[in-house]
Amino acid sequence: MEKLLEVKDLQISFQTYGGDVQAVRGVSFDVFKGETLAIVGESGSGKSVTAQSLMKLIPMPPGKIIGGQILFEGEDIVTKTEKEMEHIRGKEISMIFQDPMTSLNPTMRVGKQIAEVLIKHQNMPKADAKKRAVELLHQVGIPMPETRVKQYPHEFSGGMRQRVMIAIALAANPKLLIADEPTTALDVTIQAQILELMKKLQKQTNTSIIFITHDLGVVANVADRVAVMYAGKIVETGTVDEIFYDPRHPYTWGLLASMPSLESSDHGELAAIPGTPPDLTNPPQGDAFAPRNQYSLAIDFVKEPPIYQISETHFVRSWLLHPNAPKVEPPEIVKKRMRKLPSSFEQAILVKEA
Amino acid sequence: MAEKLIEIKNLKQYFNVGKPNMVKAVDGVTFDIYKGETLGLVGESGCGKSTTGRTIIRLYEATGGQVLFNGENVHGKKSKAELKKFNRKMQMIFQDPYASLDPRMTVADIIAEGIDIHGLAKSKKERMERVYELLETVGLNKEHANRYPHEFSGGQRQRIGIARALAVKPEFIIADEPISALDVSIQAQIVNLLKKLQREKGLTYLFIAHDLSMVKYISDRIGVMYYGKIVEMASSDELYENPVHPYTKSLLSAIPLPDPDYERTRVRKIYDPSQHQYGPEDKVELREVAPNHLVLCSEREFEQYKKEYEKK
Repeated sequence: MEKLLEVKDLQISFQTYGGDVQAVRGVSFDVFKGETLAIVGESGSGKSVTAQSLMKLIPMPPGKIIGGQILFEGEDIVTKTEKEMEHIRGKEISMIFQDPMTSLNPTMRVGKQIAEVLIKHQNMPKADAKKRAVELLHQVGIPMPETRVKQYPHEFSGGMRQRVMIAIALAANPKLLIADEPTTALDVTIQAQILELMKKLQKQTNTSIIFITHDLGVVANVADRVAVMYAGKIVETGTVDEIFYDPRHPYTWGLLASMPSLESSDHGELAAIPGTPPDLTNPPQGDAFAPRNQYSLAIDFVKEPPIYQISETHFVRSWLLHPNAPKVEPPEIVKKRMRKLPSSFEQAILVKEA
Repeated sequence: MAEKLIEIKNLKQYFNVGKPNMVKAVDGVTFDIYKGETLGLVGESGCGKSTTGRTIIRLYEATGGQVLFNGENVHGKKSKAELKKFNRKMQMIFQDPYASLDPRMTVADIIAEGIDIHGLAKSKKERMERVYELLETVGLNKEHANRYPHEFSGGQRQRIGIARALAVKPEFIIADEPISALDVSIQAQIVNLLKKLQREKGLTYLFIAHDLSMVKYISDRIGVMYYGKIVEMASSDELYENPVHPYTKSLLSAIPLPDPDYERTRVRKIYDPSQHQYGPEDKVELREVAPNHLVLCSEREFEQYKKEYEKK
């Protein structure tokens, strides 16, 4: 598959009165054409900052890209000027946000907000853009699009507003769509509709999607590949099957174990991850997850774990995969979902970082 | 089952009564909550589940119906002393741990406010001892007492909210989406805490949420609400295994599970309220399809549901 986006060792920090917050501390990942990559993590793990940096939407200052590259079709976005970014935003890469009410303009008719994109990026005449806006609304499943284009955002329900956002985001046929918790504010039934819509449109247009969420159920539904973030780093990446059926990082285990299962009628204690995420003004030495990790080794508190490769697509940042590490058993509830995947290597291979 | 703690009879809460934009947020809801159990209330936003909770605790004056707490009516005219008595027995935990704590009060004052109002501590020393004890109960420590809410994370704030609710030694706690605003790894901590407190203190919970997997996990029984009405009520395992009402089925089929194989084959059922085709002569009410399993239906549907149920 062809690579659309390559992020290499991205580092972002924010200047605050309390010191520099190192929100993203060396993140690398690829996005292939037509695939959906889900980024999961808690609030403060750096998932939204990473996504926003792809469109350079981070306010600078206080934000700053300290290092790394974001290669979009081979071109580095980090070095682009604001003027150049205008040709990329909305045309090449577009974004859907969590809260559709605050991301739509309340004083502008919905149709105009969609047409704006077309007029700006595709030099479409106004009349054509208006017609296309109606088509787009129809495409995202809004009934009576002819009357709806003339309405204002407050006349739409939450789910319908998110559909409008999707219509705007997809208006210029972008190659990459970043969806930052697009369904978190919606009800489950509406969430299911929006996810179905996004998958359907992706099939038609072959757009790549970066889907940011903390809901593992949603991840299982939409993702081809998953990246798990913790404290500004990716701790595990793999295909959706690898993450859900053969997770290797204790943080991924923790996330999977802390969700109650719908099938079991077990009402015992939930396996909560103790403690809270670290303060990233002073990131801890070694592995940031170590203080909350029941499997942590002495070395975790001293030295950052390296990346190990488990299969062609599966990478884990943990000392537990070191040949000399003690064998550990994941929590019972995670063990139940574990299975041997044919793609995994006989032995984990240490990845040399540049 | 155990004795009834709360009986809710035909509770109604209308807003904008008499105006063209009248909303029947809660439209004739009847159910009981037993001592020591957790009753879950689920439904989409706007279905009236939060309003039901708020009306039970008298944050709104009910438009109609009754709420009986240990056999006594909560609503209606009351003297100040009587009101105080009820307020002590019922407490609430709110969804937003940021908005529900006064930013200008220290944690000790937030927690002790109820103790002060009800005169539960005889001296300053006793008051602080009680605060320390409560902080420990919810997994915080003494040093936190003199800090302000902004110094805490979302999970910690929710713990403060729980400590505040516990301060007056209530029998019944309404938890309105207590974990929705928290991260996954923190949600489990709070749910475990709520369960532990229930075991130790014999509390009764009304747990309102839209996250169905958590509701199933924490609740003994679950009520499903739709447009101000309860459409189905059963024990939590029963509801998930044998949903009867089409809305419940649709709601359950919409939940994404953390299992890619299941997700690839999941078929979503769509609920169309017009499928019931209730006529004016149909008596639509909660009927018992199986023991302790109530479904909102008409006479005709009742027969059909029963047949379907028995086939399983």
